[in-house]
Amino acid sequence: MSALSDRFDAIEAEGRAALVCYLPVGFPDVETSIRAMQAMVEAGADIVEIGPPYSDPVLDGPVIQLAVAQALERGVRMADTFAAVRAVREAGAEPVVMSYFNPMLQHGLDAFARDVQQAGGSGVITPDLTPDAGADWVDAARAVDLDTIFLVAPSTTRERMHLTAEASRGFVYATPLMGVTGERAQVGDAAERVVAEVREAGAERVCVGVGVSTREHAAQIARFADGVIVGTALVRALGEAPDPESGIAAVRERVTQLAAGVREGR
Amino acid sequence: MTGSLQQAPGPFFGDFGGRFVPEALMAALDELTDAYDKARIDPPFTQELDRLAREYTGRPSIVTEVPRFARHAGGATVYLKREDLNHTGSHKINNVLGQALLTKRIGKSRVIAETGAGQHGVATATAAALMDLECVIYMGEEDTERQALNVARMRLLGAEVVPVTTGTRTLRDAINEAFRDWVANVETTNYVFGTAAGPHPFPAMVRDFQRIISVEARAQMLALGGLPDAVLACVGGGSNAIGSFDAFLDDDGVRLIGCEAAGDGVETDRHAATLTGGRAGVLHGSRSYILQDAEGQTLPSHSISAGLDYPGVGPQHSWLAEIGRAEYWPVTDAEAMEAFRLLSRTEGILPAIETAHALAGALRLGQELGPDATILVTLSGRGDKDVEQAARWFDMLPGQDA
Ligand SMILES: Cc1ncc(COP(=O)(O)O)c(C=O)c1O
Repeated sequence: MSALSDRFDAIEAEGRAALVCYLPVGFPDVETSIRAMQAMVEAGADIVEIGPPYSDPVLDGPVIQLAVAQALERGVRMADTFAAVRAVREAGAEPVVMSYFNPMLQHGLDAFARDVQQAGGSGVITPDLTPDAGADWVDAARAVDLDTIFLVAPSTTRERMHLTAEASRGFVYATPLMGVTGERAQVGDAAERVVAEVREAGAERVCVGVGVSTREHAAQIARFADGVIVGTALVRALGEAPDPESGIAAVRERVTQLAAGVREGR
Repeated sequence: MTGSLQQAPGPFFGDFGGRFVPEALMAALDELTDAYDKARIDPPFTQELDRLAREYTGRPSIVTEVPRFARHAGGATVYLKREDLNHTGSHKINNVLGQALLTKRIGKSRVIAETGAGQHGVATATAAALMDLECVIYMGEEDTERQALNVARMRLLGAEVVPVTTGTRTLRDAINEAFRDWVANVETTNYVFGTAAGPHPFPAMVRDFQRIISVEARAQMLALGGLPDAVLACVGGGSNAIGSFDAFLDDDGVRLIGCEAAGDGVETDRHAATLTGGRAGVLHGSRSYILQDAEGQTLPSHSISAGLDYPGVGPQHSWLAEIGRAEYWPVTDAEAMEAFRLLSRTEGILPAIETAHALAGALRLGQELGPDATILVTLSGRGDKDVEQAARWFDMLPGQDA
């Protein structure tokens, strides 16, 4: 079992879905990003998805691309990610790292798994690594009881749904639409189908992210998924603010709304 | 055929290659792999590709001996494999016609591509016009400036050209943006990848489509008297080089030399010599050498040549370097431009600046081996697109005092 499954059990007992909130480390600067993560926890985030910036984020839209580019320009390092993991754990939420593969590979897969786990992390989401390409990573994560969270998409075949459900621990990350991260007016129609298909393939917990930004979206997804994942809307709130304090306040307000949303769905 | 290095099937070449991509693309890559595996042995497909090579591209391309140039190469005998004479002006068309035919076979109506120098973009726009496909080309903003002629060519051919303004505004960012488009539109869209890199099946498939360069050249050299001592080609992502090497891989006496862009010099931080200055990692869907910092962030690359200005390289080259079957030499901007000038002045052939890197390698090798050596260089493209940039380098533009 895993730290995340205990947390999902507790949330389910409350009759609601989990709220999963993403921010990249180091945007607009390391300190502000970590304080914003702590504010998200206070405002009701159950799981914080902590993103170490990467130079070639092929699954991210313009808002997150610009944020991570700025973080890299200012010299953010992988050590800052581990510091963020510790801070989120202390604040009382489950820290999960969402990382592109090459920074993990260069850190060393065993060392990366160990460092995330020792900082208090529960799992790692790998947006550009699928289970069939990630056997070494799965071994490294299993060795320290770290959850491995893989993605499924509307294009995922039945066979691959099984493969992904089998290799995932903690939860499966379902994207309701084809495309990169970013806000959308509507949650894709495919969301419910993708969740149902991956459950049928054996996934116990499924969270839905990409394109989710409002309280209404959160409530809608909470009806059929175990968790709601929000990223771009929070990055934008932080980035559009004139200064760090008001950015953190804007993030707090957003997360408060979303936390209400995940409680309205059922 | 055990023991042969030719036409290695992938997905892995030793430890290199594979498929490291978002799940959203896996179904499309499986479909493409499956379609290609069937097409490559299906006579209607191979015959149509052969026909297009003959009647559209103008194959076989000729081999030209260049004795006046060769005097500067230690008096060696130097032959050029003339991919510059292909329709659209470079080797890129060989690959594009294959992938465009495949797009039709899998029933997709839209193609996207990345381009650096613009030659792959032009070839893709050309094939799209020929085969009635909607076409969108991603090109780094810096490259749209230094290769403005090719931007106009693509637009004239009916393609949409999207300048990419993120990151380093070069080929690497164009590939990122093309992947983002593909993730969103994979149902209708095929990604016509321009080099022998990226996720499986691209490295093996692009190599197979470019292999015709070495299949023809090997037979042409035998007819001229024997195998060459060395084959040279420039290496961006590595498609013309792997196509130039493949049929010679089992000829142990033939040295295979890839010329990488060393920009201002490999000792500086302004170069694109991935195999000389990089380390193994994962970029753009496969495991290969990349220019990266200690934490795995891709480093900005630099080359005077847009088509070689890329911090990665195809996985089969990383493998050939590792097993010692091929050598990879760094060639600076200045060396390449000197070779550009020499070939233009001695033989009346303007090469692409990409190709000039291979010519510089040939000068160096000829001086090392002397007059008994026979050297084959793949002339991957013609220099029309580079006229303005080269004229500026040599201070020949109006208003520059020559
Ligand atoms: C003429 C020419 N040669 C070489 C290259 C480099 O590509 P590759 O290494 O895939 O052959 C390019 C790329 O744009 C090109 O236009």
